Amino acid sequence: MTRSTLYLLALAAGMFAAAPWIINAAPNEATMGLVYKIYFFHMPSAWMFLISALVAGVASARFLFFKKATADGWAVAAAELTVLFGSFTLVTGPLWARRAWGVWWQWDARLTSSLVLFLMFIAYLLLRRFGGPGSDKLGAGMAIFSMFNVIFVWVSVNYWRTIHPPTSVVPTLPVEMGIPLWYCVTAFTLLYIVLLRLRARLEHQRARVDELYLAEES
Amino acid sequence: MRRLRAMPGRLKAASTGAMLVLLLFTSPSANAQPQPPKDFVAVDETAPGEQIPAIPLVATAYGFIWVVLLGYVWTLGRRLRKVEGELAELESRRKPPFANATGGK
Repeated sequence: MTRSTLYLLALAAGMFAAAPWIINAAPNEATMGLVYKIYFFHMPSAWMFLISALVAGVASARFLFFKKATADGWAVAAAELTVLFGSFTLVTGPLWARRAWGVWWQWDARLTSSLVLFLMFIAYLLLRRFGGPGSDKLGAGMAIFSMFNVIFVWVSVNYWRTIHPPTSVVPTLPVEMGIPLWYCVTAFTLLYIVLLRLRARLEHQRARVDELYLAEES
Repeated sequence: MRRLRAMPGRLKAASTGAMLVLLLFTSPSANAQPQPPKDFVAVDETAPGEQIPAIPLVATAYGFIWVVLLGYVWTLGRRLRKVEGELAELESRRKPPFANATGGK
């Protein structure tokens, strides 16, 4: 682990450790009450979910069109993190919805497209795990295709009838709600960068191990 | 049924389309959805009765993230250690035999 990764990990861990106090200091919301505080982890998770899907798509495009072998490692790392942050989003969302909307789930455009994106990256990981030879190129094509669903997820709340809050909520937040939110966004971003670097390192090391085994056999 | 059959094809398609549009916009599921909130409003206090059911949901949400995140970091560390050990072993095997010998001095 490089020194910069170690510093970033320590900073992210410190921010996560202090997060409960900062979130607790935020006021309750007028109609949703205490349960809206799930938002402080739900929204950054959702952002990392979408960013990670974009990273996986861009890295896959670099691998497929520019023959950058290391880009494949970044794509696999980003795909795994898409599933991780996607699971946070899809678990915390219904917990919030149960109290705020009265239902666990609603088959509206935002929720359904998010679930589809999550399932696409699960399919990607399964393909990479069990696909055998050639699954790297097939997976890259799949990640590029899946990346375009991010746009659909993002605009869905603004174009279709939904009970999910629109993207315009974030800029209109009062300061006392905005500070904990941006604090958590920073913590999640740092954590995402650290996990992406570590996971990509794992993938690059695995590629090196495969190379060495092949060299031994020949 | 006989009247429908007697209608010209274009008129039949137009009337079917109009019926579908009408059904879509007057369906109970479309009208029953509550409106999304336009913005969040901060308040100092919440009624005590309202806070009780929210606590398990908030605790589950944060607990889930913490547990899964710690588990993921642990498995990532374990996988990294394993592959780095394997890599070190393979690279040491690749070195020529005289590299480890002390008799060269």
